[in-house]
Amino acid sequence: MKTFDYVRPASIADAVAAATAPGASYLAAGTNLLDLMKGGIARPNRLVDITRLPGLDRIEHLDDGSVRIGALVRNATLAHDPEFAKHFPAVTEALLSGASAQLRNAATVGGNLMQRTRCSYFYDPASACNKRNTGAGCDAREGENRMHAVLGWSDACIATHPSDFCVPLAALDAVVEIAGQGGRREVALENFHRLPGDTPERDSVLEPGELIVAVRLPAAARAFVSHARYVKLRERTSYAFAVVSAAACLTIENGTIRDARLALGGVAAKPWRAREAEEALTGAHPDAAAYRWAAEAALCGAKPSGDNGFKVALAQRIIVRALTLAAAGTPARMPALPASLFSSAAGVQHV
Amino acid sequence: MSFSISLTVNGTRRTITLDDPRVTLLDLLRERLQLPGTKKGCDRGQCGACTVIVDGRRINSCLALAVSLDGAEVLTIEGVARGDQLHPVQAAFIAHDGLQCGFCTPGQIMSAIGLIEEGQAGDDPERIREGMSGNLCRCGAYAGITEAVRDATATMTTTSQRRSA
Repeated sequence: MKTFDYVRPASIADAVAAATAPGASYLAAGTNLLDLMKGGIARPNRLVDITRLPGLDRIEHLDDGSVRIGALVRNATLAHDPEFAKHFPAVTEALLSGASAQLRNAATVGGNLMQRTRCSYFYDPASACNKRNTGAGCDAREGENRMHAVLGWSDACIATHPSDFCVPLAALDAVVEIAGQGGRREVALENFHRLPGDTPERDSVLEPGELIVAVRLPAAARAFVSHARYVKLRERTSYAFAVVSAAACLTIENGTIRDARLALGGVAAKPWRAREAEEALTGAHPDAAAYRWAAEAALCGAKPSGDNGFKVALAQRIIVRALTLAAAGTPARMPALPASLFSSAAGVQHV
Repeated sequence: MSFSISLTVNGTRRTITLDDPRVTLLDLLRERLQLPGTKKGCDRGQCGACTVIVDGRRINSCLALAVSLDGAEVLTIEGVARGDQLHPVQAAFIAHDGLQCGFCTPGQIMSAIGLIEEGQAGDDPERIREGMSGNLCRCGAYAGITEAVRDATATMTTTSQRRSA
């Protein structure tokens, strides 16, 4: 690991000032950053430790029905907040399906958004990677790429974003609050992560020195509480990144879908909001034909980036399963295996 | 540049001078504080062998910078027994053969203590397996580990009920 200067500012303004310098990086729990630094993939010359910044570790349930989650709230703390779980069950399910209990206990909400891709070529300094080294090329294109993107990728980069948490956040119109040198600004979570285009080295819209201070879910997101699921297909039952995943949230009135939210994980460099599918579902009868139609709409622009053509069909099936489960109703208790299709609650034993 | 931090490790407050900010909590425990019970497996947060409890939460000590934990309370495998009296989770691992080679065992035990404290799994084996999925056992002692956690959960629940009665 390259050595670095370590600073621990006491205010957001000091943190932003310290992190604006080239080569500086924020440190929260460090569960992804330290891993990247150990591998020589991230080489910051200054770490700005934000763990002591005041006021960023609160979950605020506001009077208007929205919730404001401080950037330093731990994943596990949010997942086990009873009030949060009561209103935003798909977000809780996504959180609990991510990483391991140890990592969820440490990792923060802001850090979750800032996770970098798990593309194995990005993680291997001996491989060419445009995201790690601008203009170097992309060894994933001709390599082991069955886990890579089928939506929104470019010739420069076919990596995917690894977050589960961000998938229902994108579906439910979450907003990211950002502090920077010019003051505060807000960005819809759906627009926070960037597609690679010609500049895959930039994962998000953050400018140098900008800091995530909170994530907000609007009150309207509570409307889906009775029909909200996150479903994630993994190559092992627990503690694995999604091959594909889907957050499905519905409101159903008099046997008709009144409103639908759908987002996909594991398919693109960002959590993928499937608005065409949402439109296809609105006003439809909640049945298999409508779900299949929505699944086709969601993937209509999909294109394999290598040996991953199977992910298009798989994503469509996961959408149908997620919508079917959401329509059946949010479970009264979190399943033993959150987001899994192999839970004993679904009648299938995983061992 | 050196950094002075204070940590309470297994109940003892220690002031530590770090001459390098790169030191992880895992390396600090093993190399500087003579507490090698916490194991270094993958060193990348994937195997769980380095699990310790920091401020009441089980975490991977390999992915935590020591300098950032200034002021924290740390509990390691060396701090869970009371003299010769094993912690109920330690006793349960022995009773249920929850180990073979033993390398992952300190991390498994610390993770199990954390899991039981979190109170999310109860005696449901599927919830226990899910809650312990951050700890790999290359010998494959998972069946015994799951039984040990169930047994220790029951023991610790009974003990705390007796205390509060």
